[in-house]
Amino acid sequence: MSERYDAIVVGAGHNGLICASLLGKAGRKVLVLEANEQVGGAAVTREFASGYSVSSCAHLLYQLQPQVQKDLGLKPDLAADGMSTVVLSPEGNHVRLNEKQVSGVSEEDAAEYQHFYKRMTRFADLLRTYLNKMPPRLAKNASKSDMLTLAQLGFDIRRLGKVEMQEFLRLIGMNIRDEAVERFESGLLRGAISLDATLGTHLGPRSPNTILTYLYRLAGAHGKISQPKGGMSAVTEALAHSARNNGAVIRTGMPVKRIVIENGRVAGVKTEGGETFSSSLVVSNADPKTTIMNLVKARNVETQFTHRIHHIRSKGNAAKLHLALDGLPAIDGIEKREFGDRFLIAPDDNYVERAFNHAKYGETSIKPVFEITFPSFRDSGLAPAGKHVMSAIVQYVPYELREGWSDKSRAAFQELAIDTLAEYMPDLPDRITATELLTPVDIEEQFHISGGHWHHGELTLDQFLFTRPVGGAAQYAMPLDGLYLCGAGAHPGGGVSGAAGRNAARAILKREAVV
Amino acid sequence: MKTYDAIVVGAGHNGLTNAAYLAKSGLDVLCLEKNDYIGGATVSRNLYKDWYYSNCSYVCSLLRPEIFRDLDLARHGLQVTPYGGGTVFMENGDYLGNYPNAEVHYREYARFSKADADAYERYSADTMRQCRFIRDFLLRTPPDPTSFKPKDLRELAHLGAKFYEMGEQRMYDTIRFWTMSVAEYLDEYFETDVIKAALSGSGIIGTALGIHSPGTAYVLLHHYMGDVDGNMGAWGYARGGMGSVAKAICSAFQSYGGELRTDAGVEQITVSNKKVTGVALTTGEEIKAPIVVSAMDVKRTFLKCMDKNDLDEDFYRRVKNFKIRGSSGKLNIALDGLPTFPALPKGSPLLDGDMHFIDSMERMERAYDDWKEGTWSKDPYVDMVIPTVCDPTMAPPGKHFMSCFVQYCPAQVEGRDWTDEERDQFGQTVIDQISEYSPDFKDLILHCEVRTPREIENEAGLTEGNIFHGELTMDQLMFNRPIPGYAQYRGPVGGLYMCGSSNHPGGGVMAAPGCNAAREILTDLKRPDITPVNFGDD
Amino acid sequence: MTVQEVEQGRYRSPFYPRQAELDRLFQWHDWKGYATADGFYDTDLEYFSIRNSTGVFDLTPMTKYRITGPDSLAFINRLVTRDMSKIKPGRVAYAVWCDDQGQVIDDGTIFHLKKGEYRLCSQERHMAWLRMSAIGMDVTIVDETMDVCGLAVQGPTSFSILKTMGLDGIENLRPFGLTHFDFQGAELMVSRTGFTGDLGYEIWITNDKAIELWDALFDAGKNYGIMAMGTDALEHSRIEAGFIAAYIDFLPADATVRSGRSRSPLELGLEWLVDFKKPNFNGRRALAEEKRSGSTWRLVKLDIEGNKPAHHSYIYANPKTKKEVGFITSAAWSPVCKQNIALGTVRVPHGNVGEKLFVEIYYQREMHWSRVMAEATVVDKPFWDPPRKRATPPGPF
Repeated sequence: MSERYDAIVVGAGHNGLICASLLGKAGRKVLVLEANEQVGGAAVTREFASGYSVSSCAHLLYQLQPQVQKDLGLKPDLAADGMSTVVLSPEGNHVRLNEKQVSGVSEEDAAEYQHFYKRMTRFADLLRTYLNKMPPRLAKNASKSDMLTLAQLGFDIRRLGKVEMQEFLRLIGMNIRDEAVERFESGLLRGAISLDATLGTHLGPRSPNTILTYLYRLAGAHGKISQPKGGMSAVTEALAHSARNNGAVIRTGMPVKRIVIENGRVAGVKTEGGETFSSSLVVSNADPKTTIMNLVKARNVETQFTHRIHHIRSKGNAAKLHLALDGLPAIDGIEKREFGDRFLIAPDDNYVERAFNHAKYGETSIKPVFEITFPSFRDSGLAPAGKHVMSAIVQYVPYELREGWSDKSRAAFQELAIDTLAEYMPDLPDRITATELLTPVDIEEQFHISGGHWHHGELTLDQFLFTRPVGGAAQYAMPLDGLYLCGAGAHPGGGVSGAAGRNAARAILKREAVV
Repeated sequence: MKTYDAIVVGAGHNGLTNAAYLAKSGLDVLCLEKNDYIGGATVSRNLYKDWYYSNCSYVCSLLRPEIFRDLDLARHGLQVTPYGGGTVFMENGDYLGNYPNAEVHYREYARFSKADADAYERYSADTMRQCRFIRDFLLRTPPDPTSFKPKDLRELAHLGAKFYEMGEQRMYDTIRFWTMSVAEYLDEYFETDVIKAALSGSGIIGTALGIHSPGTAYVLLHHYMGDVDGNMGAWGYARGGMGSVAKAICSAFQSYGGELRTDAGVEQITVSNKKVTGVALTTGEEIKAPIVVSAMDVKRTFLKCMDKNDLDEDFYRRVKNFKIRGSSGKLNIALDGLPTFPALPKGSPLLDGDMHFIDSMERMERAYDDWKEGTWSKDPYVDMVIPTVCDPTMAPPGKHFMSCFVQYCPAQVEGRDWTDEERDQFGQTVIDQISEYSPDFKDLILHCEVRTPREIENEAGLTEGNIFHGELTMDQLMFNRPIPGYAQYRGPVGGLYMCGSSNHPGGGVMAAPGCNAAREILTDLKRPDITPVNFGDD
Repeated sequence: MTVQEVEQGRYRSPFYPRQAELDRLFQWHDWKGYATADGFYDTDLEYFSIRNSTGVFDLTPMTKYRITGPDSLAFINRLVTRDMSKIKPGRVAYAVWCDDQGQVIDDGTIFHLKKGEYRLCSQERHMAWLRMSAIGMDVTIVDETMDVCGLAVQGPTSFSILKTMGLDGIENLRPFGLTHFDFQGAELMVSRTGFTGDLGYEIWITNDKAIELWDALFDAGKNYGIMAMGTDALEHSRIEAGFIAAYIDFLPADATVRSGRSRSPLELGLEWLVDFKKPNFNGRRALAEEKRSGSTWRLVKLDIEGNKPAHHSYIYANPKTKKEVGFITSAAWSPVCKQNIALGTVRVPHGNVGEKLFVEIYYQREMHWSRVMAEATVVDKPFWDPPRKRATPPGPF
C-alpha cells in the first residue's frame, strides 16, 4: 500500500513549489517529487567549477509576480535591485538603460524612449491582470466566471481610452523591430529592445508577435531587474521553505517515471526507483510534452489533444555560458563599478535578426547575441575572493543543430561565443579558468525541459492565453481527470514569474473538493 | 466651371467600382486617371507587337462575385475562365503536381506520402472553414471597436456571433490560424517538404514576411478565400488579360453616366475649412467636388497628394508608419513558342497550370533573408503562368505570353534606388532559374519587361510597388486597416473617402474596398444603399 | 530522373476484365478513384439476386489498413468507441471512430486477423488520422488498399456457392467470424460480413489471384443464380438493412466545414457501439457529456405510408405548423418488404420509437410535380432481417 496524498506535484521548479505551497496552505496534504537532488528546477544555483557558482538557467529576476510574493509572504534577499543595462558598443559608445531612462543616445531618442516605456508598461499592466488569472474558456456554454473574465478583458481594453486602445490592438500582433525603427535612431537602443523582446524565444525582432514577448517581459516589475543573493536557488529554496511550512513534503532525487492511471483517471505516480505514491490529483510542473507524452502516455488521452501537444513549438534557442574568471575583464568605456550591471551584446536590430536567421536552419549564430552579468561582483559568495564568474545567455543556439550536438560542435560554439565576447572584452580569454556551456540539449537533459525551451513552449499569440498549452486545455486541468499542469507550459508562460504555479493552485482549489 | 458630385482619384479596379456604384446611385461622378490607360494594376498592356501583357496582376479569383453580378460585368465584356493545376519543379528532377481532380491530386501527394495525401482533406476542410469565416466580412465595413455607435456595436456583435458559431475547439483553431506562421500551420498537417513548400507560397505572396513569420497563415487565406463560380480557392484568367476586368467595370461606370478622364494626374486633393473642395491636376487645372474618393494607397493619398497642413499631426505620423513594403517584382515575357519542361511527361495537364521552382521550406525562407538584407532573392520564389495556353486573345497564334511573379524583390536595393543594371540582373536571376527546368526557354524570349517595385510604383502608382497597398499583417487588418480609427473608408477631412486596397479587406483584384467605400458614402449622403450583400451560404 | 505520371483516369479493379465481359449497361462511376459499376444488367434483377440467390459486389476500392505491432490493440482500442479487447482473433467487429469532440469520422469493419494483427476496412481514407492517433504508440500501419481485392458474396445461396467452391468448414463460420483458406496456393480470407442485411460473405485475396477467384466463384455459383451486381442494388439493400453510409447519412467529422453538421455515434443510433466502461477512447469525454446533457439529433428508421420514396424530404412533427424537425437522408421503396422506407435525422426529443412523424414528399409523374404529406412511423428494427442471416450452419438457400 503506497502512501496517499491529496495532491502530488511532479517537479520542484519554482512553479511547482508555489503551487505546492498554496495547496498546502489550503490544507491539502501535498507531496512534491523532484528528479534532481536540488529543488528549483531551472531556477537553481550550481557550482560549475570548484569554488564558482552561478544560476544555471535563469539568472535574473524581473518577472516574479507581486501576487505570488504577497500570497506566500516571500521577500527574496537581493544582491542587486534595479540593475542598469549597458548595451555594449564595439566602439565604446555604450548606451545605458534603466527601466525608465536611457542615456548615450540622442535627446530625441531619450525622450521618445520615455513615451515608449510609458505606453509599454501601461499595456504590460493590462496584460499582467490576465497573466494572473485563469484564461477563460471560449464556448457558448462557458461558465459565468469565464464570461465575466472575457467581458472584463473587453472592458479593460476599452478603458485604455480610444487612442491607447487602438494602439494596443494594433501593436499586440506586431513585431518589435518596426516599432523600434519607427521610434529610435540609435542602433544600440533598437538592438537592446530587440534582444529583450526575443530572449528565450524562436523569434527574431522582425517576427510579428515580438511586441507581445516584450510586454510579457515587462509584465512583472516593469523591467526592473534584480539579482537574488546566492543566485536563483535562494528564491527557490525560500519557496521550498514556504511549501514545507505549509505542510508539503518535498522529496528530491525522485524522478517520476509515469503518472499512474486507473479507470481513466489519475491515481498517483510511480518513480524511476519503483516507488508508487497514491493521489487522485497529480499536478505536473513538467512541460506539457513531457507530461503528456512521457508521464501520461498518448494512449491515455485522445488523438487531437495528443496531436496538439505534439505540435507545441518548444525548441529552445537560448544557451547559458558560464565562465570562471581570475579577474574582471576590461571593457572599453566601462568603469569597474559598473560591473554589477547587465550587459547586452546586440549592437542593432539587424544584428539580432541576422543572429536569428541561422536558428531557422539549425545553425548557431555566427554573431550571437548576449545577455551578460557578473553575479560575483554583487554577490561575493559566488566566487573565491578576487575571482569572478560570468553568467551569459547566448542566442541563437538551436536545440536541433543540423550537424547534431556533439563535443565537437559544442566546443566550436563555445569558442565562437568567447571570440565574440573578446571583441568587447579583449582580455577575457586570458582570464578564463573554467567554463560551462549549457545548450538547449543540455538544459533538456539536466533540467528535464523538452526542447530546452525556457518557456516550456514558444510564447507566441498562437500559444498564448486561450491556446496555451493547447486550445481546450488552457484552464490548468488536462483532459484526464485529476491531472493538472502548473508549469511554464501552461498559461501564462515562463520566466521566474510564478504566475502559472499560483493560477494552477487556485484552479485546483476551485475545482477539486477535498476527497 | 462644372462641379461634380464626386471625384474618384485613380481608375484601378477599386476606383472604378466605387465610381460605378456612385454613378449608379445617380451621382455625377468623375473618375480621374494619371495614366493614358485605365486599370491601375489591373491592366493589359500592349508593350510588344501584338502581345497583351497582364503586366501587374495576372490571375483572378478574389473579384467578389456579388459585384461581378451586380455590375453586370459579363455583359460589359468580362469573362473569367478557371485554370487548373500547377507544378513545383524539384532540384532532383522530380516534380510535385497540383491536379484539379481531387482523386489525381490524392495520388500525386500519395507518391510522396499517403498520410499527406489524406491530410490534405483535413487541411482543405480546416482552411475552408477559415475562408467561410472571413468571406462573410469582405463586403462589410469593419466595426470600430472603440465606438459605442449602434452600427459598430451591431457589427461587433455580428463578428462575435460568427466566431462563436464555430464551436469551442474551432474558435481556438481560429485564433491560432490568425496568429501563426504558414510554415507552422502546414507542419500540423504535412510531413513532406515539397508539399509544404508548394502550399506555403500562398502565405507570402505580396507580403514582406517569410514563411516562418507569425501571421502568414492568414495571408494564405487571402489567396484561398476567392472563388471562380463557387469553387473556393480556384483561380482563373480574365479573357484578354486582367485589363478586361478594369475595362468591364469602367464600361459599367460609363453606362451609369459616369465620366472618365485619363492622362489626368492629381497633384493635390484640395481642402478648405477641413472639407475637401476638389482636386488640382498636375496641369494646374482645378476640379470642384464636395466628395473626393481616393483609390490610391494611403501613403500616396496623404503623403503625396495632400497638404500636410490639412492633416492632423498624429494622423500624418501614422500614415508615414503604415507598412507598405515592396516585396515582389514581375517579369512579363513574350515567347516565340511554348517552352518545354522535360521533367513533366509529354502532354501533362500540368503544363497548363502555374509553375514554381522552389522545392523546400528552407529555400522559401532563405529567399526572405535576402530581402531583409535589402536585395532581391538570389533563389526567388516565382509564380509563373502562361495564360495564352487557354486565352487566345493575348498573343498571336502559336506565340505566348508568360507572367512571372517574383518574390522577394525590395523597393530599394540596400537602401538606395534601383539602377537599370540591377533591374536587369534581377530579371536574369529569374530567367536563369526557369531555364534550369526549361532548356529552350531562353531562346524563345522575344521581349521581356522586368518590373521591380520601382517600375511598379512609377507606372501603377503603388507605393513601394506593394501589390496589396499595404502589408496584410494583423496590425493592418480589419479595424486596423489602414489605420485604427479610419477603417470605415472615411478620411480625416470632411468629404474625403478612401476606396483603395489599403482599406479593408485589402488587396488583390477583389473590388470589395471600392464597393464598401461606396456604401459608406451613400450612407453619409442618406441615399439608398445599392451595393450588393454577401451571397451568403447559410 | 524521369517520373512516371500518376494515373489520370480511374483505376480498374483486378476483377475489371470479368466485369467488363458481363457489363451490358456501361454505367460506371468513381469510388475512391476506382471505376465502379452502377449496375451490370438491370438494377432490379441485381437487387433481387441479393434477396433470392446471390449477388457479387466488387469491394476492392474499400480502404484497407493493416495494423500491427505491440501496441496494436491499445491503438485500436483508443481509436474506436467499442471495446476491441472483446474481439478475439478470427472475429470481425463493426466499429465507429470519433474525433475528440465525439463526432463520427467514419465507420468500418475491423478484422482481427491473428493475435495483435488487424485489418481496418472503411469507405474513406484515414492514414492521416491513424498516423496522428499513433503518436507515442508502437504500431505499424500499412495501407494495403491497392494490394488486396475483395468481393462481397451476398444472398441466401451464398453459403452453398462457397461450399461448392470447396471451402470446407465454411458452414462453421458464424456471423462476424473470419477464416482463411488456401486458394490455388494463395491465402483467401473469408468473413461472414456484409452490407446487405442478408446471409453473405466477403472474400479477400491478393490481386494476382483475382481472376482465378472470380472464375472459381462464378463457376461454383452457376447453379445458384450468382449474379454480378453494382452500387445501385447494394444501396437498396443496405437501406433495408438499416445501415448508414458516409456522405449520405452522416459526414466524416474531419471533412465537415460548417459547425453542427457532424454527428456523434449516439446521434446515429450507434450507442451500442460505445463502451463507456473502456477508460479511454477518442471522444469518450465528449460522449459522456452528451449522454449526460442530451443529444441534439437522432437518426431514425422510418416506415412511411404510401409508395413514393421520400428522397430529400423534410420531416415534420406536425403537418399543420410546418415546422421541420429533420430531414431524410436515405429513402427507398423496399421490394422485399413492400414498404416505403427511409433513414432520416430528427431533432431530439423527436424520433422515439413509435412516434408518428410526417414527411413532405415531392414526386414527378410525366412532368407534373405532386406533393404529399405522408405519415411516417419511427421503427427500431432493421426493415429486413431474415433469420437465415444468423443461422449457423446456414441453410443451403
